[in-house]
Amino acid sequence: MTAWLLRRLAASVAIVFAVLTLTFVLIHLAPGTPFLPSTDDRSVGPEIIARLRRQYGLDRPLPVQYLKYIGSVAHGEFGESFSQHRPVAQALADAVPNTVLLGIAALVIEFTLGIALGAYQAARARRRVDAALSHLTLFFYSVPTFWLGLALLLVFGQWLRWLPVGGVSDPIVHDTLPWAGRVFDTLRHLVLPACTLGLVGAAGTARYQRAAMLEVIHQDYIRTARAKGLSERRVLLRHALRNAVLPVITLLGLSLPFLLTGAVLVETVFSWPGMGKLAADAIFSRDYPVVTAAAILAAAMVALSSVVADLLTALADPRVRLGDGDAA
Amino acid sequence: MLRTWVSLAVLVAGSTGGAFALRRRCERTGRGRRFFRHPTATTGVAVLTFFVLVAVCAPLVAPYDPSAQPDPVGLQNRPPSWLHPFGTDLYSHDVLSRVVYGAQVSLGVGTLAMLVALTLGAVVGAIAGYTGRWIDAVLMRLVDVGIAVPRMFLLLMAVALWSRLPLGTLIVLIGVTGWFGTSRLVRAEVLSLRERPFVDAARALGARSGRVIFGHVLPNAAAPLIVSAALGIGHVMLLEAALSFLGIGVRPPVASWGNMIADGRDLLTIAPWISLVPGLGIAAVVMSLNAVGDALRDALDPREEAT
Amino acid sequence: MTQPGGTAPLLAVRDLKTYFVTGRGGGTARAVDGVSFELYPGETLGIVGESGCGKTVTSLSILRLIPEPPGHIRPGSYIEFDGRNLLTLAPRDLRAIRGNRIAMVFQEPMTSLNPVFTVGDQIAEAAVVHQGLSRGAARARAIDMLRLVGIPDPETRVDDYPHQLSGGMRQRVVIAMALVCRPQILIADEPTTALDVTIQAQILELLERLQAELGMAVMLITHDLGVVAGTADRVVVMYAGQVVETASTAELFAGPRHPYTEGLLASIPRLDRPADRLTSIPGNVPAATHWPAGCRFHPRCPHAWDKCRREEPPLLDAGTPGHTARCWLVVEPQRRRPAP
Ligand SMILES: Nc1ncnc2c1ncn2[C@@H]1O[C@H](COP(=O)(O)OP(=O)(O)O)[C@@H](O)[C@H]1O
Ligand code: SF4
Ligand SMILES: [Mg+2]
Repeated sequence: MTAWLLRRLAASVAIVFAVLTLTFVLIHLAPGTPFLPSTDDRSVGPEIIARLRRQYGLDRPLPVQYLKYIGSVAHGEFGESFSQHRPVAQALADAVPNTVLLGIAALVIEFTLGIALGAYQAARARRRVDAALSHLTLFFYSVPTFWLGLALLLVFGQWLRWLPVGGVSDPIVHDTLPWAGRVFDTLRHLVLPACTLGLVGAAGTARYQRAAMLEVIHQDYIRTARAKGLSERRVLLRHALRNAVLPVITLLGLSLPFLLTGAVLVETVFSWPGMGKLAADAIFSRDYPVVTAAAILAAAMVALSSVVADLLTALADPRVRLGDGDAA
Repeated sequence: MLRTWVSLAVLVAGSTGGAFALRRRCERTGRGRRFFRHPTATTGVAVLTFFVLVAVCAPLVAPYDPSAQPDPVGLQNRPPSWLHPFGTDLYSHDVLSRVVYGAQVSLGVGTLAMLVALTLGAVVGAIAGYTGRWIDAVLMRLVDVGIAVPRMFLLLMAVALWSRLPLGTLIVLIGVTGWFGTSRLVRAEVLSLRERPFVDAARALGARSGRVIFGHVLPNAAAPLIVSAALGIGHVMLLEAALSFLGIGVRPPVASWGNMIADGRDLLTIAPWISLVPGLGIAAVVMSLNAVGDALRDALDPREEAT
Repeated sequence: MTQPGGTAPLLAVRDLKTYFVTGRGGGTARAVDGVSFELYPGETLGIVGESGCGKTVTSLSILRLIPEPPGHIRPGSYIEFDGRNLLTLAPRDLRAIRGNRIAMVFQEPMTSLNPVFTVGDQIAEAAVVHQGLSRGAARARAIDMLRLVGIPDPETRVDDYPHQLSGGMRQRVVIAMALVCRPQILIADEPTTALDVTIQAQILELLERLQAELGMAVMLITHDLGVVAGTADRVVVMYAGQVVETASTAELFAGPRHPYTEGLLASIPRLDRPADRLTSIPGNVPAATHWPAGCRFHPRCPHAWDKCRREEPPLLDAGTPGHTARCWLVVEPQRRRPAP
């Protein structure tokens, strides 16, 4: 178990390392420099640019820059942000909690709603409700995330005016509110972005859960459970669901890349100051250190989440023992 | 305008009729019956055919030139009307015409990028699975890395750092970042096929590795590839839309469904049709691709009979 | 218990018809097509027939465990237990009987246990549901049951998961699970088919011992007349969804009246002659969607004549009370052809 965990963590570190290299190479292959945002800007003379390049170490040979970068990342240093004129770590420290909040809220929606819908559909398989819900989940599964975000924003933010249209908190009153009021304010801002991300994810999970549940329902042990005289509710919720969520837990680990991708779009649509928006903004301003740091962080989160998903699977499925074979 | 309505009616009738005719034919001959037994398969085929026909016949269907700006002052953000069934946008473009031409771009990018991804995935997966040993190990670690980075981040970096990407490069980039899953799939299939008699037989007859892979192994792994292709096009279309929405995919004045949504973003309250219509277009196409993909999977899956 | 005599039956199955409507063009599978028999208190009733004859469907129908769709029990069928028709019972009343007064053991011990719960949980579950046992009492009951079915070291085994047990052990667990509420009827559907021969004998022995200890009636379903020989009091022989012969075990072995039963008997491996299944009953059970007209056995019967092909024989009295056979030879014995 410990050996397994160490091996998996080592593999994760290797992956993150590879990603770091990849992003570094990509960025330095790309044309354009961070200090030449537009050719029309004549206020910045070539000597200033040269000085800035020296200051940030961009004049050294690539391998040296690469080694230096790895060295500082190993010390938890991601360098200075070009555009924000402050350490990357600080910019990330501001953004990451927002993305984590959004991500957790979206994951909760995705999995509770997805599992419940899928299980319900399987229990009503091939009836009219099931068909209707199948079409609905297919729709949400197929719709562009950012378009759904815009549609929700239009309906609930603009027409009905039930919810704020963007940001993480009310810029004017937030700081004047008492503790509970601030929490409520943030939650109100969270609803639309979290629902956008969550609904799209829930649709995928529901489709998956329905299929898993249908497969389980035809197993012999479900017949055994019925033969015991258990209520249909107990048969489905205890015996069937417990088995049918196992593959969905694995899905949890796989869903994080999609969640982060979605976060880039949803954070942009809702001006949610998280990692996704930070990364997107940084890319447009060619803020290399931020881009690289965001990519590394994203890769690390994805790699870690797959370890966590495996751990959860092992917890939930007595047949799985970590450390037996590599795939575990 | 009349031409538009007539050609639209013909296309709707043609695609619906075609889908039903195909279904009847399949039911009669027995081939493909399992495909059409899927509840949404017929609708999916019909919708898909319709959009493909629209894209192909765009000059016929579109009432106006998609980049014409007849009256940038007087004809801005007009709501849907008889002359502009889906309204006009900020530049007085006719939204219907742009949606029709956008179908060409969106479907085209989706299909081509998926083909790139599929080819890469199939080749890498086949090589990894067939040769084994260190080549397999190296390739699969590469795939691990590719899967660990959210595709969006890779694309954002690549696309944004090279400003002004030609469409062809964009397609290749989307394809190059999307083959990892396919290669795992193909590798698994190849591993299980490698030990089968017909591969041994081919090898015994002295066939070279490349010949064995492409002549014998890959055709047998076709079923999962077809399914992942159908689902892959939809995925790429969503991705293209997202990139275009962020302003780094297909660039105006060329219309794509993604950049049309972006165009309408700031006008959501006064002219929601600008964003809503192309969004519904994407949803409809991706939905039918997913429906067809699901039906294909069920039909090609030798294991399960009826669920 | 050879002759049920005056006692009232515990369970009476009357004209049971269970059909499956299979997909497009497949037609209707008449898996069970007018089956009647009784089960008396305390007896062991063997139900025998080749695979595909409708034995499992019969036993599942009793507890209404037929998957619907594609299956359904035809109106007019009747299963009496405790003075009530199980087929029209409200779901709640039916559940009070399932696992509590009538319990089942299935063929596949590998798949009939839920992989994610401990065997202790699964054994005690019926008692928890039907008798409201507390957590502690449930665990104690599970341990008792494990001991009863002869699993060594029950205090630790109770926390095992199914995948940690061997096939024979799992079948013992399944039996423990069925018996936890001390049912009056145990339906065992091919309880030994999936097991090694030596384990088979142990499980049969266990069932016999438990029946003696607990005094329940057992419906023992098998495709192997040899299994029935040592255990059952009476035997119902099924073919093509119908009962073709019933008799006490002794009589059935001494004087079978249906050519199908004769074939089954000839296929039991015995010391004095090799088992020769293929020549004893040529051919296979036909598909349930297309039962042959007339006597359903006629395509495989060595004695078949025109009448057999035209008219379906009813269950005929075959001399001694309680012995019936669905064969025209009972009334026209001269048609019997001598063995070649
Ligand atoms: N779920 C089902 N769907 C369709 N047909 C079924 C189903 N279960 C049983 N049958 C039909 O019932 C027949 C008898 O099956 P079964 O009772 O399992 O036979 P036995 O237990 O005697 O081997 C089968 O041949 C099949 O045609
Ligand atoms: S009725 Fe005829 S065909 Fe049927 S079992 Fe008797 S002899 Fe054979
Ligand atoms: Mg059976």
